Amino acid sequence: MDTVKPKKDSLKKPLLARIRDNPNKSLYVMLLPAVIITLIFCYVPMYGIIIAFQNFKPVRGMFGAQEWIGFTNFSYIFSMPDFYMALKNTLIISSMKMALGIIVPVTVAILLNEVRISAYKRAVQTIVYFPYFISWIILGGIMIDALSPTTGIVNSIISFFGIEPVYFLANKSAFPWVLIISEVWKNYGFSMILYLAAITNIDPGLYESAIVDGAGIFKRMRFITLPGLAPMIALMAVLSIGQLLNAGFEQVFTLLNDSVVETGEIIDTLVYKMGIGSSMYSMSTAVGLFKSLVSMTLLSFAYYVAYKKADYKVF
Amino acid sequence: MPLRKTTGEKIFTVFNYVFLGILAFISLLPILNILAVSFSSKTAASTGQVGIWPVEFTTKAYEFVMGNKIFFKTFFVSVKRVMLGVPINLAVIIPAAYALSVNKKFKFRSAITWFFIVSILFSGGLIPLLMTIQWVGIIDTIWALVLPLAAPVYYIIIIMNFFKALPSELAEAASMDGATHWQILARVYIPISKPAIATILLLCFIMHWNSWFDGLLYINNPSDYPLQSYLQTIIAPSTDLAQMSKNPEQYKLFELVSERTVKSAQIFLATIPIMAIYPFIQKNFTKGLVVGAVKG
Repeated sequence: MDTVKPKKDSLKKPLLARIRDNPNKSLYVMLLPAVIITLIFCYVPMYGIIIAFQNFKPVRGMFGAQEWIGFTNFSYIFSMPDFYMALKNTLIISSMKMALGIIVPVTVAILLNEVRISAYKRAVQTIVYFPYFISWIILGGIMIDALSPTTGIVNSIISFFGIEPVYFLANKSAFPWVLIISEVWKNYGFSMILYLAAITNIDPGLYESAIVDGAGIFKRMRFITLPGLAPMIALMAVLSIGQLLNAGFEQVFTLLNDSVVETGEIIDTLVYKMGIGSSMYSMSTAVGLFKSLVSMTLLSFAYYVAYKKADYKVF
Repeated sequence: MPLRKTTGEKIFTVFNYVFLGILAFISLLPILNILAVSFSSKTAASTGQVGIWPVEFTTKAYEFVMGNKIFFKTFFVSVKRVMLGVPINLAVIIPAAYALSVNKKFKFRSAITWFFIVSILFSGGLIPLLMTIQWVGIIDTIWALVLPLAAPVYYIIIIMNFFKALPSELAEAASMDGATHWQILARVYIPISKPAIATILLLCFIMHWNSWFDGLLYINNPSDYPLQSYLQTIIAPSTDLAQMSKNPEQYKLFELVSERTVKSAQIFLATIPIMAIYPFIQKNFTKGLVVGAVKG
């Protein structure tokens, strides 16, 4: 009877048939497109990083034989004042964005939690995350318009109070704040979703017994809602460390102009300027590699801490 | 029995409602302003009189945009990109998420997981990616805008977590009845994961609609740009409108509009698709996203 020992039968099958009958075959097929795409568009570029150690000339072919120059590009970069300027700006802008990017959504989430009319609550929540879905090109266009010293709505409001108009986008000391505030404005509504979800997980019994004990609104916010949010705040703070060198390329690229390079140039825009603007391919890739390495270290550290302390898993 | 509020609490409650109302208004203010400017007259716009209501209402700016061929051309590049890109995204993301969510050890499983993790930890950077796109040979084609974004790892994770949170009995029962993985995915998982899949669909739509930097890099001819890349070229303050309007008919119109009103009209038109899908985002978002993003 050939149905008695199916196991032995399958062992005798030729290789192709074994692959065909592998119970997990369909799982591999399911993963294949994602793996191929990631391989081509993430891993091939990683290999392309070798040009940071070369004097890359496109005429010699994309992945062709190039002249190897070791760490020359790096020693050039590390002697470049622009690099340190961009690094400093990146750190200032991104750390301010990180701090306010947590404080603002947490505060608004706590305030929103005190709203008892649920239609009002939902309306506010829905409206404030609208800007999150608009691209930086559109928002940049709107900001250039709104911050214009002659026709912009912001300066109209300011001059209504008798203050001189400010050209925010061309003002060295105002520019980083424009970046920070507009980023927080764009994203806080979206970040708030997570905090609001965390608030709904707080045991309602805590609020009830606090009311019985005579705790008012402020005490409940301070001693129940805020501590209830603490784990989520800590998790978000840790995860944001991985983004320390990401000061927001699309935003800065859209708004950066010659008058504010000194305070507005970030690493990513420097990479673009060197690579695309000045065709210094190898040099630009070397700056990018520096950023990638530091980012990878920070991100691994952040994920590791989040995993150890909060059982947060990426996968 | 709620406690009677103290005076301080009453003041706070009123202040809180007003403050949150103002925050909501500030979130909409810029887009309302742009809308108002786009419907205002040239003089009103260029002297900065427009707030959130059009001054000297006119549709001239929109008429001007309607006659602008490049606006439409790039608009349709964006439409094409979304129509191609989003279905490809779903076809890549959903099966991959399913395979990674299956509670079973298969060969290379952890290797594949690490393969994806490394891809989010480390990146080749701008120039190497550009070189790769050139090497693949898709530069100056729509595929340069679609394929590099085809497998967003974070979105795979969101769907994977959603699948993992489903009761495992569902898949076990189906598999007992002889269902294959594809059948379990199509007949069991997808039907009960509609909110999560709708969320990803919307996020992919927005990703493709809003991308502009890739268009700038991978497409050499500006008339083949997607809409947002084209907008990038016009929001720079020095754009010369006269160049946009070569024919005399257009030029007459040009005298009635200002750079500012035309820019505003185009910005507003580019935002319409996002606003059109916004009600769906609203409906699916909290449900689909929070589960996928937070549960580890």
